[in-house]
Amino acid sequence: MKVLLMGNPNVGKSVIFSRLTGVHVIASNYPGTTVGYTHGYMKLGEEMAEVIDVPGTYTLEPTCDAEEIASRMLAEGEVVINVVNATNLERNLYLTLQLLEKHVPVIVALNVWDDTKHRGIHIDLEKLRSLLGVPVIPTVAVTGQGVKELAESIPHAISPAAPARSRDERWSAVGDIIEQVQRITHRHHTWTERLEDASVSPLTGGAMALAVLAAAFFVVRFIGEGLIAHVLDPLFQNVWAPAILKISSFLGGGGLLHDVIVGKVVAGEIDFVESFGLLSTGIYIPFAMVLPYIIAFYLVLGILEDTGYLPRLAVLMDTFMHRLGLHGYAIIPTLLGFGCNVPAVLSTRILESKRERFIAATLISVAVPCAALQAMIFGMVGAHGEQYVAIVYGTLFVSWIILGFILNHTTKGFSPELLIEIPPYRLPSLQTVFKKLWMRVRGFLKEAIPIILGAVAVINVLYFFGIFDDIARFTAPVVSGLLGLPEEAITALVVGFLRKDMAMGMLAPLALSAEQLVVSSVVLSMFFPCIATFVVLLRELGVRNMFKSAGVMIVAALLAGGILNLIF
Amino acid sequence: MDGRKLISLPMMRPGQSGRVVQIGGGAGMVNRLNAMGILPGRKITKVSSMLMRGPVTIQVDRVQVAIGFGMASKVLVEEE
Repeated sequence: MKVLLMGNPNVGKSVIFSRLTGVHVIASNYPGTTVGYTHGYMKLGEEMAEVIDVPGTYTLEPTCDAEEIASRMLAEGEVVINVVNATNLERNLYLTLQLLEKHVPVIVALNVWDDTKHRGIHIDLEKLRSLLGVPVIPTVAVTGQGVKELAESIPHAISPAAPARSRDERWSAVGDIIEQVQRITHRHHTWTERLEDASVSPLTGGAMALAVLAAAFFVVRFIGEGLIAHVLDPLFQNVWAPAILKISSFLGGGGLLHDVIVGKVVAGEIDFVESFGLLSTGIYIPFAMVLPYIIAFYLVLGILEDTGYLPRLAVLMDTFMHRLGLHGYAIIPTLLGFGCNVPAVLSTRILESKRERFIAATLISVAVPCAALQAMIFGMVGAHGEQYVAIVYGTLFVSWIILGFILNHTTKGFSPELLIEIPPYRLPSLQTVFKKLWMRVRGFLKEAIPIILGAVAVINVLYFFGIFDDIARFTAPVVSGLLGLPEEAITALVVGFLRKDMAMGMLAPLALSAEQLVVSSVVLSMFFPCIATFVVLLRELGVRNMFKSAGVMIVAALLAGGILNLIF
Repeated sequence: MDGRKLISLPMMRPGQSGRVVQIGGGAGMVNRLNAMGILPGRKITKVSSMLMRGPVTIQVDRVQVAIGFGMASKVLVEEE
């Protein structure tokens, strides 16, 4: 049996989905968190039922890609759980009526039920049940309240064979139902509502945005640096280093096998960044340099996502983003990109047109460094002084604007206007925030560790046979001539295709000056995307646009790197 | 005109309420606005406008919706 979870955007479908199936998916407080569809299984009596979390849709007359997916999937569903936001019944019931016309068994989950009381909304459940003719179950997905009853009533879903209606007839039917089941008592503006209004007004909103982004940046650095300085570095230096030195002497202190496993040992010391063995650099980069920032970044992002602030940022940025050929909502994929470009490129699906998705995906790949790369930039460039880190970010920011401006004027088509629902502010629940953090951290570890370890092993072998020397000679005109880097830096650029954090690490033994580090950080950020991003870009943009996008990246990277080299 | 005054969303003052009378523009745009509950007869309250032809935020029922300037200019409201 196939059970579809359908409803308006941002009503809590993904949370209910996780509760029903035990499959954890990213849920946030903004419309469009789910862009693809996720499926899982739940036990239903004796059999297993497939549950599908369908992207949110306002209507079955598709007005955008996500809605098209939703209406196509409806054809496959045997039961629909229509998730409805109880605090906004009128708008939500439009889709409910459309579903009832489709002759598919439906049950309604009246979610966010707990919020109705303090918002002064009274809903007559019995009446609503009899008017709709299907089971209606009040739920509070975030706490799990009502989800068990919801699961138990799936077999009772029925199709009441509602008559087909025109759009106007449907809205007036919704009006009739609301008239009979909903009563609203007046109440005063709460302070969150005042805050909500202030955050989308030009002056107060702008000030709030600056404060939020600055606070986010400082908290990420504070937590990231704190974890490195007080937890991970001491652990590696005091516990791990002595242990691998023992392994080193056990392996005879040299030779290919020793160098692959332990790395180079200089004067009886392990240099975790430069030794370049599986157990030294291969473990140190992902765990001690990158992981702390991954944790810090996703903790802050998760909180921001769940408060409901991000759509407000989209409203504030809208006018500016139009200059880059995008609208304000593109700020959400862009922010996700600072964590990892892969989910960022995927989430460009919340943008309506192909043109916007091309521009947004290209801009993210070029100018938005992922958390792993940023961690290495903080660690390595930051060691020479904060001003150099600022130059890297400044260059990326300026490139973002210039490139967006150029793409806006050269890409065919037009970009549609912003039209988004702005969710109310919610206090993020600690449990959801940490669950989401754990999913993302686990995702990082699962993706990064095998690639990093594999790369360390392969690179050691290639070095051993001197293969990189040939490549280095071949690319010297660009690497040394244009970018002013030692010709061996090409190894790092090549490895950048696998993982950019790893690539930065490979620059460490080259003893680059601060300026050279700045140039290589910028080129690594802008140059080709890492393989994981490359794969999603290819899938999302298609072969032709992927090549266009890649061309833009290479030209932009060489230009920015070359110009920086000239200035220095 | 029997004292009624039609006004577009960007022209409204923050805090001002009115009833939607007419939505201009193409069918696609009307569809999208309707789907979000913005249709003739509906009462809306303006929340804010961004500077420099930025989006307009309105409250319809208990939801806030942000609408790009061009689209917002095509929504005509009867002042209350």
